[in-house]
Amino acid sequence: MREVAIVSAGMTRFGELWESSLRDLFAEAALEALAAAKVDRLDSIVVGCMSGGQFVGQEHIGPLMADQIGMAGVAATHVESACASGGVALRTAFLEVASGASDLVLAAGVEKMTDGADVTAVLATAADQELEAFHGITFPGLYAMIARAHMQANGTTEEDLAWVAVKNHRHGALNPKAQFAREVKLEEVMKSSMVSDPLRLLCCSPVSDGAAAVLLCPLEHAKRYTDHPVKIRGTGLATSTMALADRKDPAFLDAVQLSGERAYKMAGVGPADIQVAEVHDCFAIAEICCIEALGLVEKGAGRHAARTGLTALGGKIPVNTSGGLKSKGHPVGATGIAQAIEIFEQLRGGAGARQVKGARIGLAQNMGGSGASSVVHVFEGV
Amino acid sequence: MPSPRNWREIPARYRLEAARCRGCGKVVYPARRACPACRGQEFEKTMLSWKGKVVTSTVVQVAPTEFQMEAPYAVAIVETPEGARLMTQVVDCDPGAVQPGMEVALVFRLIRREGHGGILCYGFKAVPAA
Ligand SMILES: [Zn+2]
Repeated sequence: MREVAIVSAGMTRFGELWESSLRDLFAEAALEALAAAKVDRLDSIVVGCMSGGQFVGQEHIGPLMADQIGMAGVAATHVESACASGGVALRTAFLEVASGASDLVLAAGVEKMTDGADVTAVLATAADQELEAFHGITFPGLYAMIARAHMQANGTTEEDLAWVAVKNHRHGALNPKAQFAREVKLEEVMKSSMVSDPLRLLCCSPVSDGAAAVLLCPLEHAKRYTDHPVKIRGTGLATSTMALADRKDPAFLDAVQLSGERAYKMAGVGPADIQVAEVHDCFAIAEICCIEALGLVEKGAGRHAARTGLTALGGKIPVNTSGGLKSKGHPVGATGIAQAIEIFEQLRGGAGARQVKGARIGLAQNMGGSGASSVVHVFEGV
Repeated sequence: MPSPRNWREIPARYRLEAARCRGCGKVVYPARRACPACRGQEFEKTMLSWKGKVVTSTVVQVAPTEFQMEAPYAVAIVETPEGARLMTQVVDCDPGAVQPGMEVALVFRLIRREGHGGILCYGFKAVPAA
């Protein structure tokens, strides 16, 4: 396999972007990525999107998006893995370049969630329809059950969850593209309304519109497009049981562990080598479970990481410097690419006020459903 | 959801029909073609007990549109004595009192109405064990 680099990125602001349609969002991010690399041709486009069909009644997104950026004729594919669609799009693009099949591939993610669809119902289609959604469970509900199991096993508290939100909002306040670029106080989080016990509103990521795109090419071509490419050293994708009930330990995200192990192995690194990470904090409990499953902290120790500052900017292993899904926003299909962009900028020294000094190796982890799919990438600044 | 979809699920939802793998003995609920533990494809039909224990749970305050009239309600993962786990609402009690370890009985109840025709979909809910 060839070595692969990211050479440019483009991203919309995340938020309730009423003036932009699904296609507008994609085009804005994609054209920014192409312009940054001064590229006017592509071999292929891979678009991650959870559900254009349900959110705005639009399927067949591959050709639509190619056409929107004046690239009708180019190979274009839509990939879906619920909230992990963006991460899976990056992996698909990576494999296409690594294999030698294509030289210039745009990996993008997009979601338009605020055009009036029943968002709770659409998101619930990423759960098992016959065994879970049928009984009236929601996504916050599924993660609340994970949280309660984690509390039972590890003594995790509501305050531990709230600290994750406080930390990520502190990071997001430094991110001009974040949907909620402001700090929140611990008491505000603890007093926010209950969505699904024990998860409160401020422990949940918001409903968002947005798009993100990165341009991939063989590492040996990278300097044609940028002075500061970032190499993709490893990719790992894994699945778990679809129904949360079928997991031996509902508090442990085994697909996250497996996807991490696969990415670490391919990259030839371990958790101790990671200097900055973006993980899938769709709910506060998810960040705690993910950093444990990725080995960034010991199993059971995840609950302390945000409060002690271990995972805060300036800490040993800063997690979600972008603000995470919590503060930056979570346009589901775009999230995996946006995470990669944060690491891309961190590893080339372009993260501004959020910069982790001297970061050379970083990781992004993107999750689908209640953890039935997870994709991890390990990156290195070169 | 068209009605054949509901009809297909009747054995599992009305009678708690499950399948026991002839290869490894795992009880799979609901029945499926391949055993998730050993990938065996030979099963015998078995019935789950109408009781179990809460593994984990939540109280849904913000409910999907179809369930809004019922909120807040408890939803739990319940493990039956056969080792099968299923997701279900826990009713006839204070939803806040539902916690891991709680013993429950499963009872036949109306779960939801399906589609514009409002077809009634029945199944099971959990109640506190007597
Ligand atoms: Zn078996």
